[in-house]
Amino acid sequence: MSTLLEVSGVSVSFDGFKAINNLSFEIGERELRAVIGPNGAGKTTFMDIITGKTKPDEGRVLWGDKSQSLLAMSESKIAQAGVGRKFQRPTVFEDQSVAENLMLALRKSRNPFSVLRFKASAEDETRVEELATEIGLSGALARKAGELSHGQKQWLEIGMLLAQDPKLLLVDEPAAGMTPTEREHTTDLLVEAAKTRAVVVVEHDMEFVRRLDCRVTVLHEGSVLAEGSIDHVTSDAQVIEVYLGR
Amino acid sequence: MTDVSATGAIRRKPLVMQYPSLLIFLGCLALFTVGVTVLSEGFGIGMISTSFVKTLGKTLCLCLVALAMDLVWGYCGILSLGHMAFFGIGGYAIGMWLMYARTELIVIESLANQALPPTAQEISDGIATQIFGVVGASEFPPIWAVSHSLTLQLLAVILVPGLLALVFGWLAFRSRVTGVYLSILTQAMTLALSLYLFQNDSGLRGNNGLSGLQNLPGLDDVPQSTVSIWFFWASALALGLGYLASVAIVSGKFGSVIRAIRDDEARVRFLGYPVEAYKLFIFTFTAILAGIAGALYYPQAGIINPAEIAPIASIYLAVWVAIGGRGRLYGAVIGAAFVSLLSTWFTGGQAPDVNLGFYTIEWVNWWTVLLGLSFVAVTLFAPKGIGGLFDLLTSKTTPDRHGADLGPDAGALREKEAET
Repeated sequence: MSTLLEVSGVSVSFDGFKAINNLSFEIGERELRAVIGPNGAGKTTFMDIITGKTKPDEGRVLWGDKSQSLLAMSESKIAQAGVGRKFQRPTVFEDQSVAENLMLALRKSRNPFSVLRFKASAEDETRVEELATEIGLSGALARKAGELSHGQKQWLEIGMLLAQDPKLLLVDEPAAGMTPTEREHTTDLLVEAAKTRAVVVVEHDMEFVRRLDCRVTVLHEGSVLAEGSIDHVTSDAQVIEVYLGR
Repeated sequence: MTDVSATGAIRRKPLVMQYPSLLIFLGCLALFTVGVTVLSEGFGIGMISTSFVKTLGKTLCLCLVALAMDLVWGYCGILSLGHMAFFGIGGYAIGMWLMYARTELIVIESLANQALPPTAQEISDGIATQIFGVVGASEFPPIWAVSHSLTLQLLAVILVPGLLALVFGWLAFRSRVTGVYLSILTQAMTLALSLYLFQNDSGLRGNNGLSGLQNLPGLDDVPQSTVSIWFFWASALALGLGYLASVAIVSGKFGSVIRAIRDDEARVRFLGYPVEAYKLFIFTFTAILAGIAGALYYPQAGIINPAEIAPIASIYLAVWVAIGGRGRLYGAVIGAAFVSLLSTWFTGGQAPDVNLGFYTIEWVNWWTVLLGLSFVAVTLFAPKGIGGLFDLLTSKTTPDRHGADLGPDAGALREKEAET
């Protein structure tokens, strides 16, 4: 399997504090990966670097077959190249309807002038309806996103990511604030999504990670502490010491 | 069981079906225009004085610039305190032609009695002395290079505000200046422009400004009662077209993107939209709208001077939009019309003074205090403004967000503004 994203030797510090320290990471085109680590391990900064929000002090971030560097690209260009991100707190556009939210995310030209002329085709609408059905919101298309429950907003955001159809999906604590049934549904969806694209799940919850049944990367103090199957990393002495043992 | 109309409603119906208020608005505007024409001195039974026709025409121009302000602030979340500068630039651009062309006719007439026909140089010098005598100059500054051409000055009405907004916006948005800092920056731009124009050597007659703009060159025989109605029609047409264009922008996906930028700009960026380009588009488009509004306003006002561009004018503009209800186009129009007409009434000495025994409230002085208090009251108690009254007609359910804004950005709608 060819590599989709290669992060190598990346370091970043904020006011002298090394948030990321010589971190290297690789993910293939169709792979599910969990990233775990205690608070302050640099998980969020790691995602910020990939999405272009934070520029690292040193290191390389290479993308796709052509090994394009993501460091010179703006956030919107990186998103257009195929990196999708789901935040921990559900961030949907609350003043707009579920349908509008999904339509915004749909993979179409992002250029202002083509957006100005944009008319949704019947195909686009069918796609929006399919997505809504997939995330269990087909009856709520006309409702404003602000009216939805917390769990429904999480779903809507996942739906928007699917609409964006990214090559790499970065998901920050997807199960936070979800009921056990909703968690199960989320697991299925992530596993399903990883069949057609790369998915990186950042998670706190060990049980949730175990259910994903994938390769796990453990971060600690800004670098990779261990990598391997969930059983492999949970039996690693260092991992037990810094993370699980507490 | 999918609600097909939900998605269809956003995109695929004709504009009027998506946005029923468009038809109502255009209908009201047309009725108003016909009504004023019928009651006017120039074309009707003479129940409305010419000066009041001018006031109404000017009000329509203010509605147009308020519409622009609502697009940029209410929809895109950019609290620009500089849009009255673009309005003023539009006024200056048309004013230059009006002044030049009319002075030219006067000069040619006065030189007609000479034994020899006047040369082009003599005419040009005569015009320059007439126009710039008040600031002690007798030569045309370079800025007047194209003032003889109506076409070019009309182009300037659009191009100068548009280009200024494009360059200023590009610099500001590219550096990710947002929120309060952007407001301060736009206000600084306005102040700088106003102070520059106050100088005599700015080439635009310093604090005298341009005057006599109500007289159309070569149409001295046409009474003001007729001219006032012409401008009233032009203002109504501009407002109607401006409203139509604004609806076309905000009703589709573009509107969806800019409202998303207003509420959560970072999220829009992660969806892959070049946020800066969208902001720049709206900023420039609204600057052009403001320029057109100004070009129609000042010939009705008759005079323009740098005080019109002072920052306070742009702050008033924000107050009108807030009182009318931001984030809905008709709200901005209602706010501008309501407040500016009320202002005319109060400051025109028509409002009866209130005698409290120990003190007499004279509205000419106290009106700004009343306006300030109502702005505070609207912000605190009725954030949806006058436009919110229309929601009483269409009762809809409201989500309870316990006081949380709709997004993390400074320009995001507050919970009470979003209740529909």
